Amino acid sequence: MEHGSYQDQSQATFTLTDEDHTLANSVRYILNQDPRVTFVGYSIPHPSDARVNIRVQTTGDPAREVLKDSCEDLMFLCKHVTNTFDQAVAEFKSRPKPESMNISP
Amino acid sequence: MVSEKKSEKIPVWDLPDIPKGELPPHIQLQRTRVSCTFDAPTHTENVLYSGAYAAMGVDNSLRLPEFRNNFKVEVVSLSEDDMEFDMIGIDASIANAFRRILIAELPTMAIEKVFIANNTSVVQDEVLAHRLGLVPLKVDPRHFNYMSEKDEPNEKNTIVFKLHARCEKGGPRIKVKSNELKWLPNGSEFKLSTEKSNPDSTSKPKTYTSFGCSQDSMPEFANNPIASKHGDIILAKLGPKQEIELEAHAVKGMGKTHAKWSPVATAWYRMLPEIVLLEEIVDEKAEELVKKCPVNVFDIEDIGKGRKRATVANPRSCTLCRECIRGDDWEKLVAVRRVKDHFIFTIESTGALPPEVLFTEAVKILEDKCERVISELS
Ligand code: SF4
Repeated sequence: MEHGSYQDQSQATFTLTDEDHTLANSVRYILNQDPRVTFVGYSIPHPSDARVNIRVQTTGDPAREVLKDSCEDLMFLCKHVTNTFDQAVAEFKSRPKPESMNISP
Repeated sequence: MVSEKKSEKIPVWDLPDIPKGELPPHIQLQRTRVSCTFDAPTHTENVLYSGAYAAMGVDNSLRLPEFRNNFKVEVVSLSEDDMEFDMIGIDASIANAFRRILIAELPTMAIEKVFIANNTSVVQDEVLAHRLGLVPLKVDPRHFNYMSEKDEPNEKNTIVFKLHARCEKGGPRIKVKSNELKWLPNGSEFKLSTEKSNPDSTSKPKTYTSFGCSQDSMPEFANNPIASKHGDIILAKLGPKQEIELEAHAVKGMGKTHAKWSPVATAWYRMLPEIVLLEEIVDEKAEELVKKCPVNVFDIEDIGKGRKRATVANPRSCTLCRECIRGDDWEKLVAVRRVKDHFIFTIESTGALPPEVLFTEAVKILEDKCERVISELS
């Protein structure tokens, strides 16, 4: 859900239901690193409500698009993490194990 | 009061007038390291804003190609249930998201409903049921669906175990362990109380589950029977003539509903410690320093003529006790720091899935969350 104004799309508050710090903090990080963003922050209005509010203010681009881009960036980042991780695990598994080395005479 | 050497401060008039596109060393240090000084850790925050260093001509925004080049994973150890790896070049917010997902949002199977037919042990029904719930099950949750309120328990969302233990009169007292939980691939054997016993009827009597087929006929469980991960968890102790007979139904759930569904015993990370000797430390001082550290981070090196010099041999095992910077002027000689974007990540699986699979699943869940937001916004 988006709360903003039609006249000025560059600032809006987004309410994400069933989300918590896990997503909100990651998105906040990505948005903060986006040069188009002048302000971003999030809050959880009440701990027993399963939702977060993310406030996004930009230099002019529609906040909705900027938020969408940040999610795409985060997805890209996740994909890269998975690939790198899988590679590292495969590499570790293919490494000879110390106990499998036959050192007995 | 604070020593100058820890993070070299450059007087403002010595800074270059023209931005050189890089940060002065003391700011770079603040940006990338947590300094653990004697009184408190400082510079613990991460500078996130993309324009934070614009005045110095430094772009602090996230550039994905750069992230691609810098991000590294190194596996340190990997066994059936435990894993330790280094994740380098990522922000704490993302690392923390993975940790939170591992603990609270990865599904597993756990016993949720216990039908107690008989329990004459000293363990009360509800305590016994709670103990059963916490038993880790060795089963891949990805083969199962969630069961909602309306759903009938069937072979795709429920695993049934039975437990029947009895201590004979005159015998010694016995322990009921988790290996006595016997998997019932055909579902519940307890008849619904509404069912009339009708020996002539050809149809099977209705039980507490309605399985369409036997679970052991499914390819994923055919050679891989479902059981508790550890067979030696004590559930109750029985005295002579005491008996427990029950059926336990396991369903899929998430750690945020109840910790019994958490797939990890724990998952945590710590930042890589970095110990820097700001000055050469020799002879008695060196010996003293080596003695100060309880986990032997420092070592001594011979520099000829019987002289000794302290070196940092093993920073990774530093526990940040700050003993080495306590007292006198040690803080001027040794700097204890943490690298902000280097995480030593440890995952201890409870046994449902191997730790490396847990991590990739966790990353996938974060991806799914993003996808959900994107589709909601478009
Ligand atoms: S902080 Fe503690 S563990 Fe770390 S190097 Fe100093 S004395 Fe050793």
